[in-house]
This record gives sequence, structure tokens and C-alpha cells, in this order.
Amino acid sequence: MQGGLHLPPSSPWKRALSLPFSALQVFVRKLRKAYGKSEWSTVERLKDNKPSYKLDHIVKERYPTFIDALRDLDDALSMCFLFSTFPRTGKCHVQIIQLCRRLSVEFLNYVIASRSLRKVFLSIKGIYYQAEVLGQPITWITPYAFAHDHPTDVDYRVMATFTEFYTTLLGFVNFRLYHSLNLLYPPKIEGQSEVELKPTEGEAYAMDSESYLEKLSALSASLARVVAPTPEDDVEMDEFPVEGETAEQMDARKKEQEVLEKQKKLFEGLRFFLNREVPREPLAFIIRCFGGQVSWDKSLCIGATYDVSDPSITHQIVDRPRLEQQVVGRYYLQPQWVFDSVNAKLCLPVADYFPGVLLPPHLSPFVTEQEGDYIPPEKLKLLAMQRGENAGEESEEEEEEEEEDDNDDDDEEEEEEEDDSEKEEETKLKKMEEQKTQSKALPVKVTAGKVRLEDKQRLEQEQQSEEKRLAIMMMKKREKYLYKKIMFGKKRKVREANKLAEKRKAHDTAIKEEKKKNKKARRA
Amino acid sequence: CAEPSGASRPGAAPAPRPCWETGASEPRRRPAGGAAAAPAASGGGGSGRVDCPSLSCPAFVSPSGTQGCICVELCVLHHPHAAFLSTLPQDIRNTVGNIPMEWYQDFPHIGYDLEGKKIYKPIRNKDELDKFLEKMENPDYWRTVQDKMTGADIKLTDEQVDLVHRLQKGQFGDVHFDPYEPAIDFFSHEVMIHPVTNRPADKRSFIPSLIEKEKVSKLVHAIKMGWIKPRKPKEDTPTYYDLWAHEDPNSILGRHKMHVPAPKMKLPGHEESYNPPPEYLPSEEEKLAWEQQEPAERKLNFVPRQYRCLRAVPAYSRFIHERFERCLDLYLCPRQRKMRVNVDPEDLIPKLPKPRDLQPFPTTQALVYRGHSSLVRCLSICPGGQWLVSGSDDCTVRFWEVSTARCMKTLPLAGVVKSISWNPNPTICLVAIAVEQSVLLVNPSLGDKLLYGATDQLLESYVAPEEERVQPVQWVAATTEEHGKGIRLVVQHSRPVKQVTWHGKGDYFASVLADNSNMQVLIHQTSKRWSQNPFRKSKGLVQCVLFHPIRPYFFVATQRYVRVYNLLKQELTKKLMTNCKWVSSMAIHPGGDNIICGSYDSKLAWFDLDLSTRPYQLLRHHKKALRSVAFHKHYPLFASGSDDGSVIVCHGMVYNDLLQNPLLVPVKVLKGHALTWDLGVLDVLFHPTQPWVFSSGADGTVRLFT
Repeated sequence: MQGGLHLPPSSPWKRALSLPFSALQVFVRKLRKAYGKSEWSTVERLKDNKPSYKLDHIVKERYPTFIDALRDLDDALSMCFLFSTFPRTGKCHVQIIQLCRRLSVEFLNYVIASRSLRKVFLSIKGIYYQAEVLGQPITWITPYAFAHDHPTDVDYRVMATFTEFYTTLLGFVNFRLYHSLNLLYPPKIEGQSEVELKPTEGEAYAMDSESYLEKLSALSASLARVVAPTPEDDVEMDEFPVEGETAEQMDARKKEQEVLEKQKKLFEGLRFFLNREVPREPLAFIIRCFGGQVSWDKSLCIGATYDVSDPSITHQIVDRPRLEQQVVGRYYLQPQWVFDSVNAKLCLPVADYFPGVLLPPHLSPFVTEQEGDYIPPEKLKLLAMQRGENAGEESEEEEEEEEEDDNDDDDEEEEEEEDDSEKEEETKLKKMEEQKTQSKALPVKVTAGKVRLEDKQRLEQEQQSEEKRLAIMMMKKREKYLYKKIMFGKKRKVREANKLAEKRKAHDTAIKEEKKKNKKARRA
Repeated sequence: CAEPSGASRPGAAPAPRPCWETGASEPRRRPAGGAAAAPAASGGGGSGRVDCPSLSCPAFVSPSGTQGCICVELCVLHHPHAAFLSTLPQDIRNTVGNIPMEWYQDFPHIGYDLEGKKIYKPIRNKDELDKFLEKMENPDYWRTVQDKMTGADIKLTDEQVDLVHRLQKGQFGDVHFDPYEPAIDFFSHEVMIHPVTNRPADKRSFIPSLIEKEKVSKLVHAIKMGWIKPRKPKEDTPTYYDLWAHEDPNSILGRHKMHVPAPKMKLPGHEESYNPPPEYLPSEEEKLAWEQQEPAERKLNFVPRQYRCLRAVPAYSRFIHERFERCLDLYLCPRQRKMRVNVDPEDLIPKLPKPRDLQPFPTTQALVYRGHSSLVRCLSICPGGQWLVSGSDDCTVRFWEVSTARCMKTLPLAGVVKSISWNPNPTICLVAIAVEQSVLLVNPSLGDKLLYGATDQLLESYVAPEEERVQPVQWVAATTEEHGKGIRLVVQHSRPVKQVTWHGKGDYFASVLADNSNMQVLIHQTSKRWSQNPFRKSKGLVQCVLFHPIRPYFFVATQRYVRVYNLLKQELTKKLMTNCKWVSSMAIHPGGDNIICGSYDSKLAWFDLDLSTRPYQLLRHHKKALRSVAFHKHYPLFASGSDDGSVIVCHGMVYNDLLQNPLLVPVKVLKGHALTWDLGVLDVLFHPTQPWVFSSGADGTVRLFT
């Protein structure tokens, strides 16, 4: 970023920046001249007096209200989290990287303090988080903690320019957010006065100047408040019924609120211990966001609060195939359990997540299935569980049963398929899927009377569809084009859903057969 | 450069002989055997260069060649053991000094001796062979070097070779020199009581500098006056405050009022998970297809993968790319508010009256008239609706009873039947058949005997006029054999006849010839056996013609236009643009104000003659070329048959009220004909009284839909 800004002339950013930066332009001109004349002393002097600039007013101009700023925070957070993982050498200035790290850690601490994390997702690209701040969903992604393979076809100057703006924005947002929670900004760790901030136990770990940020980024301690919170502060909010809202809607809203409150206290009272092979920061962040206590090995990072041998630990997060010695009284779980539990808004049964066990699929919490979309069976199971039905066990039992009397089942299935084959392709697969997910035992009896009834219905249906076809013929050209486009999109959606369902079915049958084979082999 | 004393180099007793500069190329000349003992000198000649090996004191190994040469000169001259040199066969000395030796390259001598005589170079007349022999035979060849200064060959002694080796290895030339001796500091940081020099201090060291004083006072003055300010400490930590403390929505600048916030990035779906459900993992083909797609066309910018545990998940290599692309999107892509019409597709479908309310219309196939062995090109029905006649490519005309599908009569003819038309006059039983170049008028002798007898009488009552008029065609009475078949009259044309159609009264009929001249359309009068050519000029290829059912109008359809002629006034009244590429057929509403035209580009144009010369509506119901269209005599129905094998029956209500536009509603798609040679339905025809439709197809059948 020698010479400040690098932006193409036509960009709106440039337009916003160029006006108050004439001093910078003059500086660049002078510097170039001094370089050209090889006047090194002038260069030194100029560099010493490089005019600094602030982006405050641009932030204010671009985001006139705080909500606007929050709405656009996604990219700022993602960029800051990315920059904070960059090496301290090379690509860009160390100050920017350190500032990014500081701001992102502050934001994480805010999310912990406000308990506003809602969704997390382990993707192959990185970890997605979604927090709800003042009613605005804020989503950001952090890369997995590996060294970056810095690509050559990326212009880091452009990214640095963005980051400069984003850090300013994020700093102001953090300030405001901290003050909205009555927290001190810059944040202070609770229970430590200024004197105590001098590191005692972390001495071996970090230098004086760094230990503060390191402790903060350990995410294990809560933050100091301006005014100590008293229990009376949590005033029950008065309820004002919104006009035009029915009682049902209000109930639904209330229920939602309750669920939310419950989710916020998901890990309350649980004590976690992170093994060293587990990504510490994301897990510590998530667990603390939902009220859990978390610790790790003392040599791993600063801020460990208790030891492995602590008997009060309830969950130990482990990511290795087997453990040499296990302590009685705690669950050993894979990290996906934490993520899935958060997304499910309830503590999932732990059996599927023991170390070395084949994990159930990790689903995206950001997908909201519409009518007609493909829903993976795991999601259906989860939804049932959220509704309070104990579907998981049932289905397992069912599976067992299925295996027991597979022959009977097969016959039934065949019959069903025959029935279905008359119907249209699209409905067929969907139905099959539904039947699969619900229960197998459908009464498959066809009486003569029923058949006639169906025929009548079908006749009617056929007539209706023909009428529709004829009406479509009479459409105007432009409308017809639009209609065809819409229908094409719909059909493609159905096709894709069917494809997924088919794939799943094939996969399930393959697995089932393998199981059967294994069983037979074991019997023989 | 003083003569080195013996004390300074104690190990120099056996007086090493001067070794002259060895060029980079010379060591390479050594035989292979010697190369092992004496590793080749480093090629560049700079670092491992031997400048003055005779001086074993390292201080004299000078880096620059020129100085070294002088040293050699001096030490050779003043060497105490210089006499030793005289043992050489010839005492050659360099007397020219340090000059570039190539100046003497072309001379036989180098310099002059004290007497002013030339000092000759040793004679060198060795050719390559000699050199080679010497190389092979002389065991000391590898240690022989040429002295450039004198041009003499010198054999290096063992000590000299040793020295060269040592220097090549980067060691000191003197064997006895110890580079690791403890260092003695001559100057130390400690202040000694005695000064190094005894020079008295300068005066200026006692007196304060005036210049400095002046400078300082200037600076002090500048500081006092406030011209110089202390440098501001640099703030590298940004300060934050409550930027939105005074939110004023009215302060939004003009250009931000229209600000379009950046669209958020798409949220990840199940397929992006590190452990997705198995159905989201791509198969091998899908992966291959993904790789072959253009990066911009890919639906997902990554391949879904499954990892067994979180520990196994690697870094995503395109993470920085994606953030960078997002930056580019943010500042390079212009944003635009797009109004997305969220239409319910059902709303787009026009609300039409239900076909059920528009009954009667044909709905099901009732009868199939089988018998023809080739495509049935044309159909016609008697005005009473009892008999149907069909003409086919198998050179026959068949008469059918409509209600029973029984073939009453088969009339074999000379050629392919192009067109057929039953006389619309109910009192006359006569069928016009277009076969090759003639139009046959046939009395089918079906139905009421009185009726067809009367027709025969009518035809026989013709009295030829006294004056023979020139006619474009020939009217020939049938031979007895033909008469037996039913043929009564033959109108012989000069060209093949494409179409024949009757006027509503049943006396006139028109025929269309396959020709390019003005002789394309002819109008014939049966009662007078008289024909005429109404057009003086050809206006294009005539496809079909039609008489107006009530008024004296005549419709001629060329490829793209339909011309309406007034027969009485003998003038063109209207020219209808069909907006089609090639009109195939035409039919007129019994009311006479509406026309439909079918075209080969699968369009059907409905004209309202009172409204405009352009189509009132252009219907694109068929997928392939239309072959024929037909109106029903009484019911508000019209039908079109197409190459896609379907007949579409439409409700076409025409209101007497001129203000109300006709209502066109498709009511039924009738399918039954099999596609043969890419041809489907060739002709459609309505029953004159019932809401029934006949269709003839390329599969050789005629079908009745009721």
C-alpha cells in the first residue's frame, strides 16, 4: 500500500474517498518526485510526515444508521477473520493484521457476552457462523486454521483497501455493541484490575504487550462491565399485542421466544474439555456462546481454567479414532456433536458421536426447505425430534425389524410399486420417499368400488388437465414464454429433488444389502 | 614494496621460484593423469588466482593482477637467490615492465637487454602434433607453464605446486602461518594515560563554535516564534467512538438515498458440508462433467466431498480467491434493483369458458373408414350428410355411407385424386373430382333414385350453342364405359388440376391449375358447359380458391395473401395479409364475414373481414404444418388438421353484434391418425348437420369423430 490507495478510477469507493484525500495525493506526488531525483533525505522526511487519513466520515456517510452498518457486516467480518489468519510477514502490513485480529476477537467476545450466536456450519470451505444482532442475521465464515497457500492471481492491494474500510467499520460497530451491553470498550477481562492485567501465569506464553489480546482471544473469561449486572436488571418485558395479530400467531411467537431462550442456555451447566487435536477457538467460542464452560490443555493456549483430570468435566471433545484411557463420568464426543446440537437447538443423543464412530451427516442449518424441495431423511428425523417425537429410536428399531422380516417387506414394497407405477413419474418418487420415511405398513387393499371412484377422479383430473392444456394453447406469445419458463424452472426443481431422492434410495439399499451380507457372513 | 626480509618469512629458506600468473586456460592443458593430483583451477580465474606465489607472506598476495606483476618483477630482480634462476638454460628476463604483453605478440623478441640488443623469445614452432607428443611423453607437462612475460616455459617445482594447491583451497600460502593466533589489541577501549600522539589540541576545541551558536539561536528563535513545532506522536491505534450517537435519518445524502445495499452472499447448502448426506456427493460422471464445464457455468464452485472426521478436513484452497472475487463484485459490479415479477403461473393462463359449456363438439373417435391403400388426400360429403366421398393416392375414389362406414362404391381412376368436391346443391347429385389434368363430374348414383336421375337428365338436357366459343378447357362427354362408372363429363385442362370447389348454388365450380401463368384459376359453369379465365395476370402461386357462400365474392389464396374479388364488378376488393409464410388451406364461415387460413408454418389465421385485412387472431396450436381447415355449417365450430396427426376443434363464436369480437376457444384435440411419411391429417371436414368431424390421414383411413 505504498502511496495509499489503489482503486480503479470508476469505482464508487474511489469517488467516496478521493475528495478528502488531496493531501495524500500531494504526498504521493512529492514522494515520486523525490524518488525520481534520488533525494533520499527528502524521501525520509516525506515518509516521516506521511499524512494520515481517517475513514470515519465515510463509514458514517455510507451507513447513516447503525442498523445499516449491521446489515452490511457480513463481508467485513469474513474479511477481518481472513486477514487475522494471515502471516505477520509479507502480504500486507502487520498493523492491519493485528488490528483485524483484535477486532475479530472483540466481536467474538461480544457474541459470547450477548449470546447471540444462532447457527454454525462446518463446510469444506471453512466454518460458517450466524449470529443475530439487534434482529439482524449476521453470517460470517472463517477459514480452517491452516497456513494459506497464497494465490498469485489475487490483488492483495484491493483486499487491503477493503480491509482498511472494514476495520474502521467493525471498530465502530464493536464500540457501539459493547456499549449496548454496558461492557467496557476496549474490552477488559472480568475480575482483573489494571494491576492484575500484568501477566502472571501467562508469562511463559506471551510477552507483556501481547498477553492481553491473547487472553482475550482465549475466549474463556467473561468481560468486565461498566455497571455490575444485578438480577433486577432482567426486567420482564411487557407484552404488547401487535394489532391484527391473532392469538395463534402470538402463541407461535411466544413459543419461538421460549425456544430461543432455551437455545441460549443450551450448554449451561456443562463443562467441556477440548483435546489438543480439536480446533480450539471455534469450539471454545461456540460452547461459551451457549453458556457452557470450556477448558483445554494448559500448554495448548493461555486461559485454560481447569485440567483434564477435573472430575466435574461432563463432555470431552475428542477427534481421534480411539482413546487410550477414558475417565468414567464424562462423554467422549466428536466435535460435530457440538455443531449439530447448536443447530438442532437441543443436546442431541450422544451415541452417534462417540470417537471412531461413523458420524451422521452434518446438515446445513441455512437451508429452509420449501414445499416440494428435497429434504434429506436426517433432517426429517431431526425435525421430528424437535417436535418432541422420539423418532430416532423408533426408526432404529424399525430398521432392526426390517432386517428381521425383510422378505415380507420386499413383497409389500413390490405391491406398492405396482400401484404407483400407474401414476406419474414425479409423484411416484416423492410418495415412495414419504412412505419410506413414514412407515412401511400401509393398507394395500384395492376394492372394486374404490377403483371406480379413482377412475372418476382421474377422469375429472384428465378433463381438467386437458382444459388447462387447451387454455395454454390460447395464451399470448409473451405470456406463454413466461409460463413455459416458470414451468421449466419448476420441473427442473422437481427433477433435481427426484434425482437426490433416487440417489439416496440407491445408497440406502446398497448399505442395507451390505449389512445383510455381513450378517449372513457372521452367521455362517 | 620493500624487499621482504628474511626474518619476516622464516620458512622461505629454500626460496620458492617465482611462479607467474597461471591463466585460466593453462591448467586445463594438463594430462589427465596429473589432473587427479592437481585439481583444475577454478574457471573464472578471479578467486583462485595466483598472483605472486613466490612471496610466501600472505600480505603480498595482492588481489589485483597488475600490482602482483610488479611484485614479481621486483622480487625477481632483487631476489638473493637470483643466481639460482641462471641455472635455467637461458636467462630470460623481462625488461619491458608491466605492459600488455600482446604488444609483443607479433615480434620475435620481448624487450632489450643492457646493450640494447633484442631479447628473443624462445623459439616456438611446435605444431599441434608436437604439443600432443610432448603432452604424452613429458611427465612434467602438467607442471609446465608458460611465462607470459618472457614467453619461456617454466617447470614448477614441488613447493610451487604445493603453494598453488594451498591457494586454490583458500589456505594461506605460508605453511607456517597460523591464522588463529590470539589477537593483540593495539587500540583498546580503555583510556590510556598517555595520548597516542603528542600533538597539542587545536584552538577550536577550546572555543565554542560561532556557526553552531548561530544555528542554535536560529532554531531557538524559530521555536519561540512557533515556527518549529515538536513532531506529533504518530497514532497507530485508531480511536473508536459512538459514530451513530446522533442518528439523523434526514442527513442521508442524496446519492445514498438511492443506495442499493450489496446483496448478501449465498448461504451454504447441505452439499457444502464437510460430511454431507450421501446423496449430495457427486458420482464419477458428475465429477467429470463438473471438471469439463467452464468455471463460470458451474452450478457449484466446488466439488462436494466427504471427510470422516473434522480432523481430516484440509484448508480450502480457493478461500482467498472467493473473498477477493467478492471484493471485486462489491466494487466493480454495478448494482441494480431488479423487479422480479413473482407471478403465479396459473394466473397467466387466460380464463376461458369451459369447453363443457361450449358443447356440442366432437370428442371421441366413432368410426374408422378403412379401404384405401394409400394416403387419403381429400374428402367431401353430400349436402344431406348421408354419403361421404374420399379421394386417395391409390387412384381410387370411394363412396362411403357415413353412419355405417360401409364402402358403397369404388371408382378406379387414371391418376392420383388431388381434390374432390360434392355439389352443395341438395337437388343435384354430382361430385367434381380433380384427377391429373382433368376434372371429372361424377354422378355417384347414391341415395334417392329420383334425385340422381334428375341430375342425369339435367346434364343430358344440355344443348350445344350454335356458335362454338373459344374456351381454355375442353368439355367432353363421358364414353359409355366411363358412363357406366358414373362419370358424366370430363373437363380437360391443359395442366394438372390442384383443387376444385363448387359455388354454393351448385352451378359454377372453380378449378386451380398447377401453373405459373395467368391460367391458374378457371371458373366453369356446368349447365352451359362453359369455362372462363377470370384473371388477366398472375398474382403469384395460387394455393386455393373459395366462393363466398352468399355474396358474389371470390377468394384466391396465394402463398402469403388472400385476395378477395368481387365477381360482379370484376375487381379486387380486399387483400388480406396472412402473416404466414405459405398458406395451405382456407375456409369461410357460413356467415361469410370470417375466414380462417391454415399455413404450412403451423399457424392458423382468423380474419374478420369487417375488421381489418390483418388476422384478428393467429393461433399456433399445432406443432407442425397445417394441411386443412374447415368450418361447420351450423355450429360455431372450426377444425384444423395438421401433420402432427392431430385435429384441433375450436369453438369460434361469431356474434351478430358487430361490436363484439369473435370468441375463439380450443375445445378438443382429437388424435387418432398414425403418422406416415411424416404426414398426419391431410383433410378435415365437418358433417353438414351434426357436430361431427371427418378427418382423412396419410395412414389411408378416414375417421369420424363425434
